[in-house]
Amino acid sequence: MAEQVTMNQDGTAAIESDGVRRRDFINIAAVSFAGVGGATVLIPLITQMAPSKDVLAQASTEVDVSAVEPGQAIKTVWRKQPMFIRNLTPAEIDAANKVDVGSLRDPQTLAERTLEGKTNWLVTLGVCTHLGCVPLGAAQGEVKGEFGGYFCPCHGSHYDTAARIRKGPAPTNLVVPEYEFLSDTVIKIG
Amino acid sequence: MSFSWAKHYEPKSDLTKWLDQRLPLPRLVYGAIGGGYPVPRNLNYFWNFGVLAGVALVMQIVTGIIMAMHYAPNALVAFDSTEHIMRDVNWGWMLRYAHANGASFFFIVVYIHIFRGLYFSSYKAPREMIWLLGLVIFLLMMATAFMGYVLPWGQMSFWGAKVITGLFGAIPLVGEPIQTWLLGGFAPDNAALNRFFSLHYLLPFVTAGVIILHIWALHIPGSSNPTGVEVKSESDTVPFHPYYTAKDGFGLGVFLILFCSVLFFAPNFLGHADNYIPANPLSTPAHIVPEWYFWPFYAILRAFTFDFFIVPAKLLGVLAMFASILLLFFLPWLDRSPVRSGNYRPLFKIFFGILVADVLLLGYLGGAPAEEPYVMLSQLGSAYYFAHFLIILPIISKIEKPKPLPYSITESVLGKDSSGMAGGPVLQPAE
Repeated sequence: MAEQVTMNQDGTAAIESDGVRRRDFINIAAVSFAGVGGATVLIPLITQMAPSKDVLAQASTEVDVSAVEPGQAIKTVWRKQPMFIRNLTPAEIDAANKVDVGSLRDPQTLAERTLEGKTNWLVTLGVCTHLGCVPLGAAQGEVKGEFGGYFCPCHGSHYDTAARIRKGPAPTNLVVPEYEFLSDTVIKIG
Repeated sequence: MSFSWAKHYEPKSDLTKWLDQRLPLPRLVYGAIGGGYPVPRNLNYFWNFGVLAGVALVMQIVTGIIMAMHYAPNALVAFDSTEHIMRDVNWGWMLRYAHANGASFFFIVVYIHIFRGLYFSSYKAPREMIWLLGLVIFLLMMATAFMGYVLPWGQMSFWGAKVITGLFGAIPLVGEPIQTWLLGGFAPDNAALNRFFSLHYLLPFVTAGVIILHIWALHIPGSSNPTGVEVKSESDTVPFHPYYTAKDGFGLGVFLILFCSVLFFAPNFLGHADNYIPANPLSTPAHIVPEWYFWPFYAILRAFTFDFFIVPAKLLGVLAMFASILLLFFLPWLDRSPVRSGNYRPLFKIFFGILVADVLLLGYLGGAPAEEPYVMLSQLGSAYYFAHFLIILPIISKIEKPKPLPYSITESVLGKDSSGMAGGPVLQPAE
């Protein structure tokens, strides 16, 4: 390798004809190696803040809804967030179906927001899509808003009987999570 | 500080010129660890260990802050939250093993750093303050390490807390009230755990502050060097960057390889299995010892098995253990030899070797059970430790005939020094 480095009289390495010295290569290689290593170390330091295994293990919840009569709703908890499970009355289903979908801020039909054959079971997150408060209307005696569904007291969002946003600042309908009926009376959320 | 030939920071771009007039931080860095800090050209790899200790502290702070995000300092859940870190938190096992073994590696590099200072007499004038601040850092490290070991709330945590606070109980009259006050109770419990967590989080930052003073004090006279001869001219030094950044970088690479080998292949080698059993105030582990880095001091503590006049053995052991460290604060004034480097002190070199062997022996004994022949050996080893500093060192300083020193660092490296006044009234090495 010695022939690649010509030395000046004062002992410093002369610049090669193409302008690149061996030391440049060594510098770049060493700094790159340290840089990649340092960046790799950041992976565990950052991902440790993501949900841990025990949090992810609570990702699904089973709920027995046999006691929920039509017109009633229950609150439950899924991933530490409130869930509303509502047994709609035929009148509420009609009210939801009568709305012109095209006029909605977040156009969805009731059928799209429920499971086939189970359109009376409305399962949504109890988290207002505006800034995350819990809307009223699930428990008995609570204000249900102008459209008979849910009403968020924080900033005045009104949801209808299909939990669709009708009035107020919330941008989208209440979120319908992934869920299934394990039997006629047991719902598995998540 | 600097030598007169130190290069000055010259901002090149408009932005760095603007910054230099308002917040000359790049100037500070350039003068402290950049091209503007001339360092003796002959430093060997033992001079890497200060930087390695600094890196170890940073690793401890980073992994520690992260674990504090997942740990709960409450006696009811502390052990469970530690296991939660090990099992549930993403990469938690790696971060906790890095923290636990990082403490061990911190002590390894600091012990080498200290013995480097002892062999090359880095504590001698004009560097006494660097040595004293270093000892303060060492004491802070020991306090931090002890309190950190309590946090997992396993059996060794609990009984370690009980035994170490029990040391204060040896103080006459006020001892037991002090122990109760330290623990906030009559045995380690929630109060103790919470205050240990709080202080374990605080002290590393206090340590970092003292390290800044330590480095500041170092930059006044500049680094010592393996010849112990002070820098005389520009040819004795090279700029810190790139020469010692590169050398420290290489040493750091070796350090990290060794650290990762233990971290990934033997993470529990330096730990105690008993600490994976939840704390139980009703059952002491059969063989209770502190972490390995306390073993030499633990051996001195246990060496006193007899009362001396009216002083009970318990108190003697505690006093001896604290004295073994406090003694080092007086070292700059105990070693009177004008020659710094052990390389030029044939007699000192021998006794330094014996001291290293003695401390290693004490370390072994501190980890051994409290029975014969270990107790007797601990007594002999402790006696020698104190004799080294209080008797042998002062005597050596008087009777030793040191080898001739090189005229300058340059001469010791190149065999000649054309820049200096070679042939002047200084000792020349015998050709």
